[in-house]
Amino acid sequence: MPRYFTDEHEWIDVEDDSATVGITDYAQEQLGDIVFVELPEVGTALDKGGDAAVVESVKAASDVYAPITGEVTEGNTMLEDEPALVNSSPEEDGWFFRMSIADASELEGLMDEAGYKEFVDGL
Amino acid sequence: MNAPNKSGWKPTMEVADATGDMVTTTGNRALMLEEPLIFEIGKAETTGVDLPEVDETAPNRLSGLDRAQPIGLVGLTEPETVRHYTRLSRQNYGIDLGFFPLGSCTMKHNPRLNEKMARLPGFADIHPLAPQSSVQGALEVIDQLATWLKTLTGMPAVAMSPKAGAHGELCGILAIRAAHTAAGNPREVVLVPESAHGTNPATAAFAGYKVDNIPATPEGRVDVEALKARLGPDVAAVMITNPNTCGLFEKDFREIADAVHEAGGYVYCDGANFNAIVGRVRPGDLGVDAMHINLHKTFSTPHGGGGPGSGPVVFSEALAPFAPLPYVEKDEAGEFHIIEEEHTDEDHHTFGRMTAFHGQMGMFTRALTYMLSHGADGLKQVAEDAVLNANYILRSLEDILHAPFADSGPCMHEALFGDKDFGGGLTTLDLAKGLIDEGYHPMTVYFPLVVHGAMLVEPTETESKASIDQFITAFRHVTSRALDGDEALKQAPYFAPRRRLDETAAARKPKLAWVDLEEEPQA
Amino acid sequence: MRYLPLTDTDRQEMLAKCGASSVDDLFVDVPEVARLDGPIHDLPMHASEMAVERHMKALAGKNLAAENTPFFLGAGAYRHHIPASVDTVISRGEFLTAYTPYQPEIAQGTLQMLFEFQSQVARLYGCAVANASLYDGSTACWEAVAMATRVTKRNRAVLSGSLHPHYAQVVKTMAQFTGDEIADAQPAITTEPDTDGLTARIDENTACVVVQYPDILGRLTDLSKVADAAHAKGALLVVVNTEPVALGAIKSPGELGADIVVGEGQALGVGLQFGGPYLGLFAVRNPKHVRQMPGRLCGETVDAEGKRGFVLTLSTREQHIRREKATSNICTNSGLCALAFTTHMTLLGEKGLRQLAAENHRLACLAADRLEKVPGVSLLNTAFFNEFTLMLEGKPAREIVRDLADRGVLGGVSLGRLYPGVEALEHALLVAVTETTTEEDIETLANELEAVLELEPAQ
Repeated sequence: MPRYFTDEHEWIDVEDDSATVGITDYAQEQLGDIVFVELPEVGTALDKGGDAAVVESVKAASDVYAPITGEVTEGNTMLEDEPALVNSSPEEDGWFFRMSIADASELEGLMDEAGYKEFVDGL
Repeated sequence: MNAPNKSGWKPTMEVADATGDMVTTTGNRALMLEEPLIFEIGKAETTGVDLPEVDETAPNRLSGLDRAQPIGLVGLTEPETVRHYTRLSRQNYGIDLGFFPLGSCTMKHNPRLNEKMARLPGFADIHPLAPQSSVQGALEVIDQLATWLKTLTGMPAVAMSPKAGAHGELCGILAIRAAHTAAGNPREVVLVPESAHGTNPATAAFAGYKVDNIPATPEGRVDVEALKARLGPDVAAVMITNPNTCGLFEKDFREIADAVHEAGGYVYCDGANFNAIVGRVRPGDLGVDAMHINLHKTFSTPHGGGGPGSGPVVFSEALAPFAPLPYVEKDEAGEFHIIEEEHTDEDHHTFGRMTAFHGQMGMFTRALTYMLSHGADGLKQVAEDAVLNANYILRSLEDILHAPFADSGPCMHEALFGDKDFGGGLTTLDLAKGLIDEGYHPMTVYFPLVVHGAMLVEPTETESKASIDQFITAFRHVTSRALDGDEALKQAPYFAPRRRLDETAAARKPKLAWVDLEEEPQA
Repeated sequence: MRYLPLTDTDRQEMLAKCGASSVDDLFVDVPEVARLDGPIHDLPMHASEMAVERHMKALAGKNLAAENTPFFLGAGAYRHHIPASVDTVISRGEFLTAYTPYQPEIAQGTLQMLFEFQSQVARLYGCAVANASLYDGSTACWEAVAMATRVTKRNRAVLSGSLHPHYAQVVKTMAQFTGDEIADAQPAITTEPDTDGLTARIDENTACVVVQYPDILGRLTDLSKVADAAHAKGALLVVVNTEPVALGAIKSPGELGADIVVGEGQALGVGLQFGGPYLGLFAVRNPKHVRQMPGRLCGETVDAEGKRGFVLTLSTREQHIRREKATSNICTNSGLCALAFTTHMTLLGEKGLRQLAAENHRLACLAADRLEKVPGVSLLNTAFFNEFTLMLEGKPAREIVRDLADRGVLGGVSLGRLYPGVEALEHALLVAVTETTTEEDIETLANELEAVLELEPAQ
């Protein structure tokens, strides 16, 4: 299952025609204790680069952008009661939402794991 | 939602002190007294007022809507009530207690004459819709205060009704939008410097505008060239705070205003910092079209733990016709009238009503009392002493604490510092909490956003030199601890009624109202 | 000057430290065009405390204070007795001269007070959560409409014709700029509000229906029908209350199905003050809506030693963090007015509030019965709490109010003042009666009203 990364610190797992999206370990560390995640409703049409979710710490709110174009198929309801999952397991249990893939070619512009690591090291 | 206090701690439990060896059975420590919630000490059947018993057989015109369920309130008798709030008050820091250098908020002394005057029944006990013949004195207060505000700002008109600074901002931006709309096009964008108060972009967005940020120069002022480059037919207004939130006078303000006017836009000045220049500079001379004045900052009305405020807005000739309803006018016979009906002619295109009545009358009486006390000469001295005190602090700390704009000229009423060179991972927050242990209310922290770990110190004119010198000594001491990476600062404060509070827990599982676990859940 | 502690010697020493020869050196960044040569002209110089007091007292003396006259004004601002200890509490310097509790370790007094206040308001309104106050009832009303548009993602608000006209005007003023569509109406002079007409205006684009309870004419009606109609179309019910004392006698808006309840808290503890500062109350029934609320919220937590404490929370909704994406631009609240309200509520308690409400209603019933007997006067309402509408024959009620004032009686608020130019409403007079009204006052109003109406017989 290939995993891609964006320069806005989102990760995206692709399995057949569905993708799972979350924020990276680096992102959660920058944000600090996550207190709330506002997820898009199922059925929401997302445009690549557009607002998709909001992740909040006590003193900051950050937008999470759609890494590709598609429609939201599922939100991680676990985060409603346990936003801390984003801190403890950002790249597994703390996933944000699943979406359809409108145009697989959009994935080509994203980074792979090694590329993202290099990107973060350069920050 | 509303999870009960998980720690199980109650205000009457015994506790160990910070060193862990001394325990009291009450949780109190001499004059540091714990106080439960009213819901833990009050009772439904207790009351502190003497009213007739309810006669269930009395005539009733409530058409069957009588309340059948308990409201869920509790009462205390008068002695218990007075003690409850007195004990709570002692867990608060106020200006009356000590130095409160909260930058941008202007915590100056609140003269008690203001309070006494506001409580005169002729002001406090009159109804906003009373026949106008019976409230001529109140209308005269509004008129006199308006005259002071217009004269001090050099502006021809003022709207008195806005309820606070942010409401005043909204008033100004709505007038600007109304003026553009009357000219055929409301335009789309409001330019806001990145150092602005958060209310500026929020206000512009609330008024239907898109917000574009303007960068600051390395010396802490608006980047005039960047601003000019952004001007165009889509720009409705710029919102600039002057003196700005870095504590500096925007010396190119006039040039900015001229450029904005040339591009057909309006100049909104955030007047939160008017206290630095009152009596010395008239914003009208700088090309301002609209500016709100926080009466609770410049004119000493009390902050009251977060309000009420009052935010009259002065207007230029161009915007005056669009001012909101209601307003007060004086006729030739010297009688005052409240204009509260919409009528449109050459001089009147009001954008409407912003609030139910005439504004914050209780603040007007206080502010006018303050102005009369100081007079034109005293107000000038107010600005000068406020600026002198701030510069004295800046020059007394700049050798030890990073002062990013110390070379940008004199500061105005507040001095800005950053957290550069702090050791051991210590932050501005740690320094602030260390100041609490020294007996001070900390300065404003993490604002403005343009300086890392910002600390904005505003002494105001009502501090004595001795008070400021003592503060400088304490500030230098805590700063050295921060520079040295003193681990103990991370746990400060030690001596306040509470240690650091868990804000993450508060936000993750919000408990925003009292829930009695023994109470029947409400249907 | 009595408020300025620096001495001239201090100033000289401090200027020297700043490398300045005079204070003018500190203002060098002010451009030439804006420099003044001395104190601003046309304003008086400083004055003693005694002189200022004399000036202000003379102005106060030109007003007719409610305490000195039979007084029957309401329409969104009510005169109630304020227990003496309320002023003692709000005069404590630790409350009066504190700021917004941004440093919670040294602001627990304000924070715990706000937590208690929020709890009292939520209970009074029959809601889950109340905020730490807004400016006043009218601005709270607009904030409720704005919140409803965020929650429902719709942009149409249906206002009841019986909503306070100033509140409706504030909503319409704001909506001009946000692009929201506001459907409003004027009150019809009927004994009961036209609930069917209101619900017929709700459609699939409606974000909320806004009704006042008791309404601007003092009428009472069961709002559960309106709630059901709104909910059936996916809209929220916003209920506005301008007289919190009423809720000691009648069902809470939350009980009747309101989703957002807003109101004016002035009636408890704050006083008339010619219209401000007042106290905006704001509460929601569904705790899930909390993140869409405007204004400050105080929440419970623990400190590093495990002791209970309070903090401002969910701040990411607010302008200082979210900037242009904030739920509101509001910053200042009405903290000290909230303290006055909560102190008065604590003194009343459940028992006192119910007694106070009963006493208001008893006197209002007495007044309605007596005034209805005045020739040329009829009572509109079948139901009311402490305010009702009288229909007067002859001259417009606005002139009758002025005639009564000339006779030293503040007899009520004319609908002509509230709805200028609307002929259908100009003969209606709103009369409010509270526990401060004596039976003698009622008799005086009846007699003076009779005298005034006789002077100008119906044409």
